[in-house]
Amino acid sequence: MSDSDISAALQQQVLDAFHKETPLSISASGSKAFLGNTSRGQPIDVTGHRGIVEYDPRELVLTVRSGTTLHEIEAALAEAGQMLAFEPPHFGEAATLGGTIACGLSGPRRPYCGSARDSVLGCKLINGRSEILRFGGQVMKNVAGYDVSRLMVGARGTLGIMLELSLKVLPRPSASITVTRVCNEAGAVSSMSALLGKPLPVDGACFHGEQLYIRISGSAQAVREARSKIAGDVVPDADAFWHALREHQLPFFKRNGTLYRVMVKPATPPLNIEGTWLLDWGGAQRWLYSDEDPASLRHRIASVGGHVTAFRGGKQADEIFHPLPASLLAIHQRIKASFDPKNIFNRGRLYAEL
Amino acid sequence: MPHLRENNTALISALRGLLPSESVLADAEDMRPFECDGLAVYRQLPMVVALPETVAQVQSILRLCHAHGVPVVARGAGTGLSGGALPLADGLLLSLAKFNRILNIDVHNAMATVQPGVRNLAISEAAAAYGMYYAPDPSSQIACTIGGNVAENSGGVHCLKYGLTVHNILMLKVVTMEGELLTIGAETLDSPGYDLLALMTGSEGMLGVIVEITVKLLAKPERAQVVLAAFDDVMKAGEAVGSIIAAGIIPAGLEMMDKLAIRAAEDFVHAGYPRDAEAILLCELDGTHAEVSEYILAVRDILTTGGATEVRTAADEAERQLFWKGRKSAFPAVGRISPDYYCMDGTIPRRQLPHVLRRIGEMSAEYGLAVANVFHAGDGNLHPLILFDANKEGELHRTEEFGRSILQLCVEVGGTITGEHGVGVEKIDQMCVQFHSAELSQFHAVKAAFDPSGLLNPGKAVPTLRRCAEFGAMHVHHGQLPHPELERF
Repeated sequence: MSDSDISAALQQQVLDAFHKETPLSISASGSKAFLGNTSRGQPIDVTGHRGIVEYDPRELVLTVRSGTTLHEIEAALAEAGQMLAFEPPHFGEAATLGGTIACGLSGPRRPYCGSARDSVLGCKLINGRSEILRFGGQVMKNVAGYDVSRLMVGARGTLGIMLELSLKVLPRPSASITVTRVCNEAGAVSSMSALLGKPLPVDGACFHGEQLYIRISGSAQAVREARSKIAGDVVPDADAFWHALREHQLPFFKRNGTLYRVMVKPATPPLNIEGTWLLDWGGAQRWLYSDEDPASLRHRIASVGGHVTAFRGGKQADEIFHPLPASLLAIHQRIKASFDPKNIFNRGRLYAEL
Repeated sequence: MPHLRENNTALISALRGLLPSESVLADAEDMRPFECDGLAVYRQLPMVVALPETVAQVQSILRLCHAHGVPVVARGAGTGLSGGALPLADGLLLSLAKFNRILNIDVHNAMATVQPGVRNLAISEAAAAYGMYYAPDPSSQIACTIGGNVAENSGGVHCLKYGLTVHNILMLKVVTMEGELLTIGAETLDSPGYDLLALMTGSEGMLGVIVEITVKLLAKPERAQVVLAAFDDVMKAGEAVGSIIAAGIIPAGLEMMDKLAIRAAEDFVHAGYPRDAEAILLCELDGTHAEVSEYILAVRDILTTGGATEVRTAADEAERQLFWKGRKSAFPAVGRISPDYYCMDGTIPRRQLPHVLRRIGEMSAEYGLAVANVFHAGDGNLHPLILFDANKEGELHRTEEFGRSILQLCVEVGGTITGEHGVGVEKIDQMCVQFHSAELSQFHAVKAAFDPSGLLNPGKAVPTLRRCAEFGAMHVHHGQLPHPELERF
């Protein structure tokens, strides 16, 4: 597909919607339509706004239009020996960077090399007044003005249409191996927690099917050295494992029912909640299939300082995301109104009140 | 204004009801230490200084000020370099100095919970017992507080690899101007809803008063080693930086100094820098033993190929510390060779370095003021230090003009007016260069979402459109800064 800049057309559509107070539902490939509450409004398609605007590997900065596919971006980076450090899940062939950032999705490398949000350096967007605004920039250090670029990450399109994103990218590690060993869940949690305190180049840790998986990446020397300090057998074709984990293609994710994303402190001992668990992010992100009542589940997780999302298979008409306390919800509503005074973007996608 | 004075007297006496008497300062003599931050060219005594020690006291003070319509400026150690903590004559200066306790170090979850008045370095010192540390290390880390670091999104010399403050914190407790206590972020790696943690970080005390911070801790690398390279040409040094990164190496620190800075630092701390070099690079590698050895060899190779006249690896930990001491002392070292200096803080895309340094050199000649350049080369953050003498008629004014030109240059080449020092009062006019009116209006709207009364640190960080219109008009004769979209007042 060739590059194209449709920002003027998008801006016109937003202007019309602003005048008519028509709700808009921002869409691209639809790979993440399953995630979040149902969005109400006329579709506004950003897939036509695509292409790499600027990429200089020596700067470690990439600027792309939001409708560009992750595939295209990752191919361009790979050619220069670089990568998106947050290892984004695609959840679909045509997944775009815009959707990935709007959903704030990061893969297994996240606890060790940062999140989608951590990679964002700048953003150009259309707000609800149809104004094109630019925040942040193409440099690593920038403290001029509030950090609106990172505010867009995970806002699920409720604050504006992202047009362009600048991201920090990193060199791909020259070597990587994954080791695995049998253990129980409690053992896995304490092993993964212990790794946080050790200066080892670990960039993935997962507990799945009574096995602990630890990925070690870096220079060839560093990997060899670290391997000798971590017990377990080397996993052949480990890339396929991490890819399947990231894309929810492991057999674990083929179950029926609601898949919950449970966020807790990484060293939190196994939670006594009926269901089937998979632990990623060194124990900080836990996947759960459970038939338990969503409200009581939220309550249980919140009692250990965590939060929970009905990630897949929940009732999208209901509450998908962990509810906010009233004081924070009020601030969210005021922020929403400050970007989108007529409430046209992705109404209800994140919370019914936004 | 008798009404205002009565209001002030009422406020001060109400404050004395909330806090012990020694925690409310209203005499000019007592308030003198609070009249400026690290940017001492701006000074202003506040109406009153309050030094609370509990969150409940902070809440009461803010409720009181809100009720009286009195603006509030929060302050940590006052080491900031942009006047962000400059008091207001009719405002309350809220010192968080008494919030100086480390509340918890949670090794298993690699985090620490601290009060805002804890010094940056104290966190790493406390975590050292567990082989851990807090990564961001601004040069002022001995004195600056973590609360101020969050307010400014402070950086340091290790940002390229380990990120800024925003990448190294998890959760904040914040009191709003109305006195409400909010928890922003979470002890988990993300939190529901909008990323208010990002918004709060670097917000310069405009959105809320931070009363507790949970930071991430990292395992201390097994080994760190530094390579020093000398160049006979600044451009070659700049090229070498790009080559290291292109080779897939992310140094823990990558710093560059030009000739004037090298000489000043060498004369001051005798770091062993080559005095005849046009530029030096300090490249620190950290990680496991084998990894560091491997990268040191690679980096030495790149530097030699890149035309370095000398490449030296620190012989031992003492020499490594000495190499860094020279760099970290660059500001005071320059302070020794000039009666005054003015520190700029632009960030530029690295590839623009040769062009920017050449232009700074030309401007230095035009303004008749010498410049020493120290550069966080890894992340593009440039600190030109303009040398001047405030006692010479007009020199401060010329220095400020020169500084403004440098920041405009940074914006022109795709960079920013401030990489880590913040906007404060110092660079508020330059915000008009970097952002247009709709963007500035959006910033004001974001502030109003947190602080509808506009009483938190008013007049800092984000200029009014009126101010920008006046600033633009002032500069039209330079043929720069066209703001046709702005109304002129």
